Amino acid sequence: MGNQNIRDEVNKILSSSTDTTVTVLSSLLLVQDEIGYIPNEAVEEIGSFLKTSINEVWGVATFYTNFRFTPPCANVLEVCWGPTCHLKGAPDLISGVLKQLNLEEEGDSQDKGISVRYNTCLGACQQAPVISVNHALRGNVKAFEISNIIDFVADSNS
Amino acid sequence: MADFSQLKLNAEKEWEGLVKSSKPWVRIGSSMCGQAAGAFGVSVAISTQASARNLNINIDQVGCIGLCYLEPIVDVLRPGFSRVFFGNVSDGSIDSIVRYIETGELDHEKGNIIGYLGDEEVEGVSNLNDFKGISLQRRVALKNVGNIVPGDINQYIANGGYQALNDSLEAGKPEDVVKVMQESGLRGRGGAGFPTGLKWSFMVRSPGPVKYILANCEEGDPGAYNDKGILEGDPHMLLEGILLAGYSTGASNGIVFIRHGHDGPIDRTKEAISQAYSSGLLGKNILGHDFDFDIEVSLTGDSYVAGEETALMESIEGKRAMPRFKPPFPAASGLWGKPTTINNVKTLAYAPEIIKHGEGWFSSIGVNRSKGTVIICLNGDINKPGMYEVPFGLTLGDIIHEIGGGIPNGKSLKMLQTGGPLGGVLGKESLDITLDLEEMSQAGAILGSGGIIVADEEKCAVDMTRILVAFCQFESCGKCFPCRLGMVNLLEIVERITRCEAREGDLDLMKDVGQNMQMGSLCAHGQLGFNPIRSAITYFESDFISHIKDSKCPTGSCEKLVYLPKNTRALGEINRENQDKQYIPINNII
Repeated sequence: MGNQNIRDEVNKILSSSTDTTVTVLSSLLLVQDEIGYIPNEAVEEIGSFLKTSINEVWGVATFYTNFRFTPPCANVLEVCWGPTCHLKGAPDLISGVLKQLNLEEEGDSQDKGISVRYNTCLGACQQAPVISVNHALRGNVKAFEISNIIDFVADSNS
Repeated sequence: MADFSQLKLNAEKEWEGLVKSSKPWVRIGSSMCGQAAGAFGVSVAISTQASARNLNINIDQVGCIGLCYLEPIVDVLRPGFSRVFFGNVSDGSIDSIVRYIETGELDHEKGNIIGYLGDEEVEGVSNLNDFKGISLQRRVALKNVGNIVPGDINQYIANGGYQALNDSLEAGKPEDVVKVMQESGLRGRGGAGFPTGLKWSFMVRSPGPVKYILANCEEGDPGAYNDKGILEGDPHMLLEGILLAGYSTGASNGIVFIRHGHDGPIDRTKEAISQAYSSGLLGKNILGHDFDFDIEVSLTGDSYVAGEETALMESIEGKRAMPRFKPPFPAASGLWGKPTTINNVKTLAYAPEIIKHGEGWFSSIGVNRSKGTVIICLNGDINKPGMYEVPFGLTLGDIIHEIGGGIPNGKSLKMLQTGGPLGGVLGKESLDITLDLEEMSQAGAILGSGGIIVADEEKCAVDMTRILVAFCQFESCGKCFPCRLGMVNLLEIVERITRCEAREGDLDLMKDVGQNMQMGSLCAHGQLGFNPIRSAITYFESDFISHIKDSKCPTGSCEKLVYLPKNTRALGEINRENQDKQYIPINNII
């Protein structure tokens, strides 16, 4: 059951791993890196690849908040809400992003092709508030820049 | 067989060739602070312009010299001259930088020249050492960061790297390494401050042959970036530290533990490990001695608690990052049931310098029981946010006013948040406190991993508390119910206070919950989870009273409630709508 193509792809990813220590977590990270999310098939395949139960794999996958279980949009926008970014204006950035993308909370804006994710710390607090556009950091972001950034990201995709 | 003197000779020759070459050497600060300010774009622009003008230059991406507020920083070494630093480089100044590279002509108007470093004076430019942000620093763990190319093992060796390891191997007395570490007074830099030498000595007695040294770079603390700063700027310093720990404790394997997604630190570390293998500094018979050691990188998913030492081992084993019961302690039974020592990245990065200088050196820096230096990550409402390595014994006032340049826009200081979200909040009266692990904890905060977040007078202490509590709630792993439920309860109460809808007895209720969490949680996350609230109430009671009694936020910042994640790892949704129901203190349930 499920999609055989996905199964094949997952198995190819798992068997090509160069990690010295292969675990449930390392396999999940690898799969998400390659295909962007964790499909149901991947959970089952990882379970049989590592000879562990599906429950065990689900347990790990749902614990770490970076895993997602549906295909992401073409672009990923992460907004930091850590204390430093919060002080320096993250609330305005977050509400700007949500408004612009017609979202109520973090999630996918299908029409614009952007997945929005809150992040607890992007690691560049010196340049707060920080966002990350497709994994590239961008610091000292002003609320008025948000709409340009989103238009740029959405256009680059169409 | 690798011979260290030969390695060193080659490395020094190469380094001489580089710094004395006829080609200008351009170094661009490209740590995460630089990246967020646009360093990659600057790097491309300079390369493009230089090749358009047929300039023959060396261009490299290096770590952060600490003055993050001036990023992107471009550092140009022209043959025979001092290093000249250009700050806040943008499209407008690229042209004048390239002109300087080509002709040596400085554009004082557009260049945004911040200073020079070196023996030759540069006319009209101040010495960087006159900056308080540089002169008050004492760089030990960061001594190479920003100066050498992190991806070049020879530059590390030419600057004294792997000397301590080689000398220790030559001497053949691992017990002496542990002794020097014990004498140095170095204490864990991850937050708990446990004496490092003592920790290593526990491990010596544990039976082999497989024993692990784990370097913790989970660094989930918002407001801290010094672990990543070391890995991005000088990963070999960490590797040498791990090797020294491994050699002195008889360990066989090292693992560098990094959060997935921090590509810079991960790539640099992996690159450094493969270089160390090819230079004979890792693997079998290291440097020709009877010492085998392997290092690998292990990635974790997003989980703050994974930085706790036993949860970290669970995560490396591929499970959920939840703390284990102690005992058994890691030195007896840790990763995969083998003896294990877990140190913070910063702690391990101190080891090479401590061993190189020998007894008495490190312990002569610092105050009281806090020896050596501490890497402060200064950010928030401050003029000069950055990463500063300073000796223990400076005061918080020195950090904020001398190094940090005070509060922007003529505002005054209100709050300092130190030691990560489980640390505490301090008021402006705390500027006299010295950087000292004990003095900081007495004041109700901890120095933790070195993050200091500054807030100005327009920020509300209740709002700040809410963000800290929200973070702690979001990141509770859910294993111990006092923490899992307690954090939810605390967040609901703090949110109520933020909205000026507090009920009578809410402050007491929070204390009650906090106490239960402290008593009933396995790790520091639950034990210290009440810290931010306790310290905020101590220093900013009036802010709380104003929300509770006068129903208003004194600064107005609580009026816009930020959107926070609804779903949490531990317990479904936070109850934000139905606030009418009766709350039952946790100890009534037990």
